[in-house]
Amino acid sequence: MAVVTLRNIIHSAVAMMICFGSLAGMYALLGAPIVAAAQVLIYLGAISVLILFAIMLTQAGDANLPAPFHRQLPIAAVVALAIIGLVGWAVVQTDWGLAAEAATAAVDDIAIALFTDFALPFEIISLLILVAIIGAIYLARRPEEDERAN
Amino acid sequence: MGIEGYLLVSTLLFGIGVFGFMARRNAILMLISIELMFNAVNLSLVAFNAYLPPDANTGAVFALMIMAVAAAEVTVGLALVIAIIRTRQTPEVDQYSDLKE
Repeated sequence: MAVVTLRNIIHSAVAMMICFGSLAGMYALLGAPIVAAAQVLIYLGAISVLILFAIMLTQAGDANLPAPFHRQLPIAAVVALAIIGLVGWAVVQTDWGLAAEAATAAVDDIAIALFTDFALPFEIISLLILVAIIGAIYLARRPEEDERAN
Repeated sequence: MGIEGYLLVSTLLFGIGVFGFMARRNAILMLISIELMFNAVNLSLVAFNAYLPPDANTGAVFALMIMAVAAAEVTVGLALVIAIIRTRQTPEVDQYSDLKE
């Protein structure tokens, strides 16, 4: 909750890291250690550092912090509460009728599934990440270097 | 704690993400809110995978793929935000109104 309410954006980013870390713990509780490890590596390791770097690059000085909220704050609160209420009601009302014990997803089962049944999506994702890297480098490049190269 | 607990946490996280995306004015914080929503969906997928196991652990594989796509998305998103901030000198989204008449 603190992620979206804090005024200083660096504090929100640290709260986001704490949230990701506790989610990794939840994945481990749910018997999916490979997903927990990927969560720690990708979110805690890569995305948090990326976001923190972006914040430090873009914040010149936080002497005058502007008002953090948009003027559509009441609408946003109503919509979010409606979503939480509706989906939470559905979750509580539904009789799931299934195992009370969490099954463990073994690492080798996931690896076999990833490279047999899901081999094509796996390859497509690697291509997507390559495209994303090239696009990010192109977008973040300074225009002056572009002219100097020509 | 059964599957309801995990699903309620996931719902709460998604709602917080929606609220942050719609209410905050900072572009980077809107990206963080999108990440929160991704994580909520991931949590529900892994919870369903643990409590009603399909063949071949589909939920966990889906969660891993969503993580990869989210990483690609946040890379491009942050590059876009930095490029916009470099030209506009502000991260506040409601000052990006050049196209408005």
